[in-house]
Amino acid sequence: MGYHSIVCVKQVPDTANVTAEAMKEDGTVNRAALPAIFNPEDLHALETALEIRDSYGGTVTVLSMGPPKAADVLRDCLYRGADRAILLTDRRAAASDTLATSYIIAQAIRAIGPFDFVFCGRQAIDGDTAQVGPQTAEKLGIPQVTYLDELVSISDRKVRVRRNIGHGWEIVEARLPVLMTVIETANVPRPRAARRVMRLKRARVPAEIPMEVRREMPETTDEERQAEVERRLAALGKENFPIEQWDLDRIGADLDRCGLAGSPTKVFRVQAIVLTKEGYTEIPPTEDGVRKLIQELIVDHTLG
Amino acid sequence: MIPVNRQGEVWVFAEQEDGRLHDVSLELCGKARELADRIGVRMGAVLPGAGVRDLCLTLIGHGADVVYTVDDKRLAHYQTSPYARVVVELIKKHQPQIVMYGATPLGRDLAPRVASAAQAGMTADCTDLDISDVTDPKTKTVHNNLLLQIRPAFGGNIIATIVNYDMWPQMATVREGVMPLEPADPGRKGEIVEEKIEIDESLLALKLIERHLQPKTVNLKGARVIVAGGGGIGGKDSFKLVHELAGAIGGAVGASRAAVDSGYIGKEHQIGQTGTTVRPALYIACGISGAVQHRAGMEESAKIIAINTDADAPIFSVAQYGIVGDVKQVVPMMIKALRERK
Repeated sequence: MGYHSIVCVKQVPDTANVTAEAMKEDGTVNRAALPAIFNPEDLHALETALEIRDSYGGTVTVLSMGPPKAADVLRDCLYRGADRAILLTDRRAAASDTLATSYIIAQAIRAIGPFDFVFCGRQAIDGDTAQVGPQTAEKLGIPQVTYLDELVSISDRKVRVRRNIGHGWEIVEARLPVLMTVIETANVPRPRAARRVMRLKRARVPAEIPMEVRREMPETTDEERQAEVERRLAALGKENFPIEQWDLDRIGADLDRCGLAGSPTKVFRVQAIVLTKEGYTEIPPTEDGVRKLIQELIVDHTLG
Repeated sequence: MIPVNRQGEVWVFAEQEDGRLHDVSLELCGKARELADRIGVRMGAVLPGAGVRDLCLTLIGHGADVVYTVDDKRLAHYQTSPYARVVVELIKKHQPQIVMYGATPLGRDLAPRVASAAQAGMTADCTDLDISDVTDPKTKTVHNNLLLQIRPAFGGNIIATIVNYDMWPQMATVREGVMPLEPADPGRKGEIVEEKIEIDESLLALKLIERHLQPKTVNLKGARVIVAGGGGIGGKDSFKLVHELAGAIGGAVGASRAAVDSGYIGKEHQIGQTGTTVRPALYIACGISGAVQHRAGMEESAKIIAINTDADAPIFSVAQYGIVGDVKQVVPMMIKALRERK
């Protein structure tokens, strides 16, 4: 018995802490200088799933779509208690908009097998769209509950949750299976467990190995590196780490619905926000300066 | 998805609760009216609910040529699946070229579900919309009168313009308060179309157990003048100056996240990306450094006065008037000057 949960997580650039080092001289952001982090609300989605498993039994599988480096957040999930992790990494999935992403995620969830819950963070801090959760629920043909603020109870294959509706809250009851998006007030994510870190820190997906070898052995020839990659892949194959690497073929995805081809929305233009000083008047911090400013605002009817 | 449909209408999803239309829906009616006129098509509103007939006239007054309403007791309280079914069926039937939704908690729950079911695009949280001819850089094909969906992204550090060339309808959610709420014209004429959509019981997947609405105590969006305080004020006591200045002007009190996090004032006063977006006639930023997340919520204000001791604070980049000085000295001067005029 118990409940089987699938948690969708994402590795994102830390857009909330754009430091001076990440700013270019022209006032725009250098994305490469931003650290990659665990999308904050996804940690709360994971915690919700772990709490359900701890109380009722069952399993927690985490799923992420991204480049090989995104395995970092999956290892983090394993350290915190997830049972199984899947990285969906495939160049053909690049440039997917939210619709194509939700198609791929839904296909992957179906490939994982029967489930009771899908949890996602409400939104990722790089795009802030909050769309992939609801879009995935639609593709899976299951109900959705967004803005989960508190898990109230589960019984008889029905779940009650409190959701934040902006100007208040409501408690709703949903039948399983259901997809829920979680906000950060829902719980306090547990820390990584030291024993799990020790046991799983060498867990890798195959796609990480070539990058790792290149980083660790910069002075060697291609042949030497290739031999090392093969050695490490063979060693990894003997371990039974609970992390897997999937591609679009593994989930039977229709390529016309993935990547650029499957994305109705296209980015036409991107403008960096550059700080400008047009039409700016400096007012001296004196009684006289302030009085003249107030006068000016009254004259132009800004102040009634 | 629907094919490119040049005669398609420009639609607004009309959000209502307990017989009241949400302000953002009326803001969007004004914008949709403008866009529809520029393309030369009709503007429609979609209104699901129970007992909402009176609201059709309000939507017509705000610019709708036609209101498609679905009146059904099962739509009395919003829930995702039946509402999404209604909107998707109407999109299939009438093939609008543009559909906009308020980026409210409800709109952000509904719109992506509709997009997924309709296999269409959706751009979240737009802060501006425009119509323009666009050349696809890949194929060099010119697409006439496309909807430019303009939104901040990457934590507000960039502004992205999104388009949808041919997998229509072109859909977007739009942030509250970024479009002006135009006054209604009660004399406008429009058509009301009562639609019947089959709502299968299986769609009513959620049961509402309890609901608690917090009355709005702070009306930042409606305020003509906002006096906002930031972390630079330095303490809860000094923050009283912000309240005093707001009182002297007759404005509302806002705050940056730093001020809220420091406990100077409640979260309901927060302005910015995670708070409220405002566009008052005058915004006075007191001791606010102006992080991009804050600027995203206030830079559309008609006039901005920034008061800060740090002359390099980013808030000055969006201000028309800057006072480099201590809030604790400058604000009392402003209060005095305001009182003198009376």
